[in-house]
Amino acid sequence: MVMTMTYKNILTSKEEAGSPSSLNCYIGIATLNRPAVLNALNHELMTELVAALAEFDADESVRAIVITGSERAFAAGADIKEMCDETTVSMMLKDRLATWDKIKEIKKPIIAAVSGFALGGGCELSMMCDIIIASETAQFGQPEINIGVIPGAGGTQRLTHVLGKYKAMELVLTGRPFTAKEAHELGLVNKVVPVELYLEEAKNLAKEIAAKSPIAVRLAKESVLKAFDGTLAEGLNFERKNFYMLFSSEDQKEGMKAFLEKRKAVFTGR
Amino acid sequence: MSSDNEKILLTEKKNGVGIITLNRPDKLNAFNDELTFQLQDALKEMEKDKEVRAIVVTGAGRGFCSGQDLQSRSIAQEMGQRPSLGDSIRRRYNPIVIKLRRMEKPIIAAVNGVAAGAGASVAFACDFRIVTEKTNFIQSFTKVGLIPDSGATFILPRLVGATKAFELMLSADKLSAQEAFNLGVVNKVVAEEDLMKEAIALAEKLAAGPSKAFGLTKRAVNKAIFHDLEELLEYEASLQEIAGRSDDFAEGVKAFIEKRTPQYTGK
Repeated sequence: MVMTMTYKNILTSKEEAGSPSSLNCYIGIATLNRPAVLNALNHELMTELVAALAEFDADESVRAIVITGSERAFAAGADIKEMCDETTVSMMLKDRLATWDKIKEIKKPIIAAVSGFALGGGCELSMMCDIIIASETAQFGQPEINIGVIPGAGGTQRLTHVLGKYKAMELVLTGRPFTAKEAHELGLVNKVVPVELYLEEAKNLAKEIAAKSPIAVRLAKESVLKAFDGTLAEGLNFERKNFYMLFSSEDQKEGMKAFLEKRKAVFTGR
Repeated sequence: MSSDNEKILLTEKKNGVGIITLNRPDKLNAFNDELTFQLQDALKEMEKDKEVRAIVVTGAGRGFCSGQDLQSRSIAQEMGQRPSLGDSIRRRYNPIVIKLRRMEKPIIAAVNGVAAGAGASVAFACDFRIVTEKTNFIQSFTKVGLIPDSGATFILPRLVGATKAFELMLSADKLSAQEAFNLGVVNKVVAEEDLMKEAIALAEKLAAGPSKAFGLTKRAVNKAIFHDLEELLEYEASLQEIAGRSDDFAEGVKAFIEKRTPQYTGK
């Protein structure tokens, strides 16, 4: 394991992806680490997380990223203590949630490995990731309504995109937590596994993706996300251009040649 | 500290075994509100306690547990309150059943006498049942116009099959220790004086075993046959809420208190 920069509220590490073995190929892991407050997401933590993600994004050897918390809590919410005495104006001027928006700019795929509480900001953070792997003990929810506010980091929008209006409305208006099983049935979670294995499962998935052509993975992520943004015609057009564009990469030549030669492709990201 | 005969629930811990004793012997250990909450707490404690690797649940005196304390419920009704049975089950009984099933430690019911209503349901939710020749199980709910609850409609058919489960639930007849053994509901029938010795010996053996593997085995069996436990408990509570609003239930409780045969109308 190779350690990267160190932070106060998160742990970061790189793990060899193992395949293809000839290449310098890693996954990056960011672990939220404020155990005393069940990983409540304060501004400092989010600033560090965004910096760590940007660092992984800029590091060419990192092919995919995993964000995780602890077995007890992915993140139990935003740090309420920090916000309690704010006013509308102070919230707008500080605009701390703008920090969260930077996660959207990460080009590499991000997998959330969720166990325990993923509530409020924790649920929103997991939904900002591209794939969600949950332990059987994971619990999602947007309980903001219970403290007199609403989700502010994308909860009302991303939940509605995934679950549709009626289910999202129920969950946002009642603040009711929902289990990993329910989240899976609703299409929010990719896979539910026993708690002992959730992180390993997420890492394995990240490693599987790490073996693909990084340039194709990048354009694939960008194209899928385009579906949430604009019309279908625009999205289709965007996809088609990205598809054509990949024919200028070495990885396209290698991938197709390897397929025809019935061997495993070795992608270089060029 | 209150003495043991004032406490309605006793717990002890020895050789890796946690023992929980329902202790209202003069009421055949019937569940009032307080006893159900204390049982929830005791199970939670033992789940957290790493030294406890197997659990025995038993009753003091001649009964295991006669189920819901109908007297405490009828007092509330006489005072003009109409308690929501659905809510009562959700708050009091379902958390017990969920904990018994989901806790990844083997749990033995040492059924020392009658196990009726929710008392039988609690015994059924455990992993092992050791009983005496005098033990019997009664799904007594329908006697007072209710449906079997605390998981009975879900768990009993899985223990004995639907045919026998229907018979037991709709007849509310006693299921004797021997018949329960023949149906595969109980692991062992022992002499009355040997019950705790046998239960604790089994618990100590389990406690000395590979607890992680035992826990994972329980998780796998839960997934195989009790996968929808929480959902079915919730459904059962809703149906009990309906039964609890019926004329037949009001008549059933009244007749029970007045010690006469109820006159049911089906409404």
